[in-house]
Amino acid sequence: MSTATLTSTASSVVNQEGYQTFKIGQFTFERDEYFAHILYPGNRHIMPIEAFLRALMRDIAWGFFYGTVNFDAVFGTINHYGTVEMYVGLNNEAYRANHQEYVETFQSKDLKKVFEAILADWTNEGFDPFAAPEETGLAYGRKHGSNLKAVQRQRLAAKRMVGLPGDLKMRTEEDGLPVNRQFLDVPQDKPELHPEPGFEGQVHAVNLFAYLSRSDVTWNPSVVSVVHDSLLCPTTEEHILPIIHGNDRVEWFVQFSDEIMWEIDDKTTGRPASKVIMKAGDVAAMPADIRHRGYSPKRSMLLVWENNDGTLPQRHASGELKPYPVEF
Amino acid sequence: METVFGSLKHYEKGGVQAINANPKHYVFSNVFEVASKSKPYEKVAVAQNIKYVLEALRTEGNSPWFAADHDEAAIVMDGEVEVHLIQPDQPAVPAGVEGSVKLAAEPKGKKMGWMKIHRGHMALLPKGAAYQFRSAAPGVMLMQTIKGGCTVEKWADICQTA
Repeated sequence: MSTATLTSTASSVVNQEGYQTFKIGQFTFERDEYFAHILYPGNRHIMPIEAFLRALMRDIAWGFFYGTVNFDAVFGTINHYGTVEMYVGLNNEAYRANHQEYVETFQSKDLKKVFEAILADWTNEGFDPFAAPEETGLAYGRKHGSNLKAVQRQRLAAKRMVGLPGDLKMRTEEDGLPVNRQFLDVPQDKPELHPEPGFEGQVHAVNLFAYLSRSDVTWNPSVVSVVHDSLLCPTTEEHILPIIHGNDRVEWFVQFSDEIMWEIDDKTTGRPASKVIMKAGDVAAMPADIRHRGYSPKRSMLLVWENNDGTLPQRHASGELKPYPVEF
Repeated sequence: METVFGSLKHYEKGGVQAINANPKHYVFSNVFEVASKSKPYEKVAVAQNIKYVLEALRTEGNSPWFAADHDEAAIVMDGEVEVHLIQPDQPAVPAGVEGSVKLAAEPKGKKMGWMKIHRGHMALLPKGAAYQFRSAAPGVMLMQTIKGGCTVEKWADICQTA
């Protein structure tokens, strides 16, 4: 394994297809009309550009998220909350067995800057990497325009609960967020609130399903309710989760509507472990020793529930905590 | 294309298809199935992450009065519920106690108001406030809270084991 800790070393040139080439550490990122090329000492990895941009969008938007963001079976990032490992083959059994993995560690802010620049330059006009495939244009071709509005969306996170004064706003038509085509039957009514004088801000409820029905992105959890480190992060899902997520802690899913099938693999080797079918009302834990990818045939509502306690990655890594949440 | 939600009267359950794993590690259950077998307002843990829990409640009739020393959230998964809130004259729960605490009776204090919520609605149960749920017909609610004395754990009864 090769590991180096570097500060920011991004640089760029423009290739014949009109795209910039980016470098950080010993990694070089190039794109052509169809593919992203990830060059590292002695070798290169290739990904379809659409899959690469969809994964990159999530990795940036989530601040490298919890734990491991596998872009595919070979390339990805591991968040150490301040630094990030970027790797080829680290979580691939064959690469590891043949000592073909390559890893570098970067300051999170440096890698974020380079990733943001790649996403901004490589995303063409008409393609939104956050959107479901049926709702966006194609990522392919020579460079033509950009879609900065789509790729620079801010992550939504309530401080206490969505809709409270001064907190995360509810989504509305006026803000350019219509009900999604696949949630047209979701009621848009509001809760009846009857606060006594002086308690207007404390007698609080929102239509959460209506809020979700107006999401213009897929596979992008956003915090709507906070109890200390307990974060409710519902999201709307359609098509395929663009990354294979290997969490550094246990997370939970509650299926609010419709159905998702999850493919679960061993976190380190990638060997198949199970399939989890989730229908409305189903609850399942995603243990800390797996990676998962979801398939949602129809746009669905999923509650992702996270524990934001910063000590958990180390407690899991050390073996203090078991990878599964409950013993019975 | 119809959006499919579940209810006490009609729900379909998925499951874990293990290839090389222990299905129990996924702690798989269904909130409607859990509530269909629960007593009214029994706070059954369906998810736990260290000290935090999500609880499934069968909403039916009037609940006891509860309070907590931290915020909680309630999401209605089926049915319609009124939530009545009181600001107690004296703290209903000692500082630092975690989870919902069942009160002996309606506490003395200022009425804060009430709200009517139904499927898909999420309500704040503010720190320090006493609250009571009222539901004319059976329904299901999911609560975000901390594990406490009222939390009921019966994982082996509610979860897929094989």
